[in-house]
Amino acid sequence: MNFREILQMALGSLGVNKLRSFLTMTGITIGVFSVIGVMTTVTALRGSIESGISQLGANAFQFQKYPAGFNNGNNRKFQQRRNITVKEGQRYQQLMEGVAEIISLELYDFGAQGAAQATYLNRKTSPDLTFAGGNQYYFPANSYTVGVGRNFTQADIDLARPICVIGEDVNKKLFPAESGLGKVIKVRGRTYAVIGILAARGTSFGQSQDGLIIVPITRFAMEFGNTRQSLNIATQAPSHDLYNETIDKAITAMRIARGLKAEDDNDFDLFSNESLIASFAKVADAVAAGSFVISGIALLAAGVGIMNIMLVSVTERTKEIGIRKSIGARKKSILAQFLIEAVAISLAGGVMGILLGVAGGNGLALMLNASVVFPWDWAAIGLLVCSGIGVGFGFYPAWKAASLDPIEALRYE
Amino acid sequence: MTVAPAPTATGSRHYREPGSVVIEIEDVTKEYKMGEEIVHALRGVSLNVRRNEYLAVMGPSGSGKSTMMNMLGCLDTPTTGKYHFTAKDVSSMSDDELADIRNREIGFVFQTFNLLPRSSTLANVELPLIYAGLSPSARRDRAIAVLHSVGLGERMGHKPNELSGGQRQRVAIARALVNNPSIILADEPTGNLDSRTGEEIMQLLEDLYAQGNTIIVVTHEEDIARHARRIVRLRDGLIESDVRQN
Repeated sequence: MNFREILQMALGSLGVNKLRSFLTMTGITIGVFSVIGVMTTVTALRGSIESGISQLGANAFQFQKYPAGFNNGNNRKFQQRRNITVKEGQRYQQLMEGVAEIISLELYDFGAQGAAQATYLNRKTSPDLTFAGGNQYYFPANSYTVGVGRNFTQADIDLARPICVIGEDVNKKLFPAESGLGKVIKVRGRTYAVIGILAARGTSFGQSQDGLIIVPITRFAMEFGNTRQSLNIATQAPSHDLYNETIDKAITAMRIARGLKAEDDNDFDLFSNESLIASFAKVADAVAAGSFVISGIALLAAGVGIMNIMLVSVTERTKEIGIRKSIGARKKSILAQFLIEAVAISLAGGVMGILLGVAGGNGLALMLNASVVFPWDWAAIGLLVCSGIGVGFGFYPAWKAASLDPIEALRYE
Repeated sequence: MTVAPAPTATGSRHYREPGSVVIEIEDVTKEYKMGEEIVHALRGVSLNVRRNEYLAVMGPSGSGKSTMMNMLGCLDTPTTGKYHFTAKDVSSMSDDELADIRNREIGFVFQTFNLLPRSSTLANVELPLIYAGLSPSARRDRAIAVLHSVGLGERMGHKPNELSGGQRQRVAIARALVNNPSIILADEPTGNLDSRTGEEIMQLLEDLYAQGNTIIVVTHEEDIARHARRIVRLRDGLIESDVRQN
């Protein structure tokens, strides 16, 4: 008697008690759903974050007032730090001469008017543009390239010229038919001449990265500078090999620029692609561990449910077992039949849980603007665990069935 | 397949000369523990059954008849004594070896039919062949042939609860025959049937005997036992009489 026939037999008897089999299966489905759902979400987010974060650029790191991460911005300790000023940024730049060339000074206005809208004649962009001050290194440090026109020059920065470099989204909106170069656009009541248009970079996390207007940092500080603004300083190490060395030197330079004494702690934070990924990974690992515990408990409970229903089934079908034995079923045939029933319930529940989990997890990931993934590894592990549960919790009932005395079993009514 | 193509006329009485020994029981005893008490169901029974015999085992309840039936059917092994089935020593066999003997050598017919309620007639008849390891197509062919021979060629897709009692017993007989066993062991085969249907079933057994099958009927009814060519009577775990009647 081969496996396929035992399988058919097992599925046949599961079909007899459809509702019961389905309910028993549900326990497994819930357990698998929770872990697959969470792991799908985490995998999708991790993939997006790892690609999305590279906007910082290769071998780049950044100094800023607040630490990178999640909801640290409100911490009083960080709020009380002095803002990083443009002056300090320029001093740092000087100190880093010969160590790193690409040093991007960035000033964002995260106040009430964080986002901005640009107009040209009667045309308008969407009101959610990134509007920031930067220097000539803003673009390489943030993985942008100037497509048309030119970058800022040191003179533009030094003289705080009223000019700007715009992203492709802005260009398309304001200048659908003509070239934008040399045109004067209006942002927050000020006017800037367009000197460069960035090459399109596409979307990350479902958001366009081409909706930005960058003006010389000195001009930005002059026109919009306020006490709430603090500089971000992105530095790109010359090579991967010099990355750590550059960070060490940069910290020293930053301390000098900030006027810190030897005994003072750093009053600024450093973050890099690695530190961002690591801080996300920490959160993701905690979530994953939590979901493992929860689904482990759910699966254990579901396994007990399977054992229970299989024991009921064995008792109900005592007569059937007696008949099968009387006409020549060996012990292992009966054992296999009931074991496969248990595994089939468990696997069916697992498959259902995986499908629901992948659907749910990707749904959540899409809401968070991450791309769709199918976690093959977790699905495979899920199926393996389900088979294990089926065998583990189905073995005792199956063994009980196989060990029934044929005479007693035949007599059972 | 040694099966009659159709029932012969009622009342005809074949007699075939017995062949080689199939069952050889030597001074067998069987004891059970019922709670604290030890029940001596068989107290030393010796019996030989040859091929082409039609034997009835009779006795009142408590005579050891059921124990005898379980023993003959290799569902149970003796406490002491020897049981040889086609020269193989059953008394020392493992559960799986006994299962193989039941599968290949013995066809059971029970009082309560004992069909799988949710399986079709055909599937019920195929079941012993599944455990015998036959291929699906070979199984199907044999099961269909046997069902035709017991007059159920038109009922193969029906479930047991869609059949009459007589038809169910025919399915059970087909199942017993399908693996071409050495003996057919019928336990009160007419006990759940009305007398007319019972008579039909006994005629079917008669036909099977005429075709060369070896049949053992366990019963407490004289009317049923009268069909057999040899009657063994049990009382208190011993053979009281062993009479041939032609």
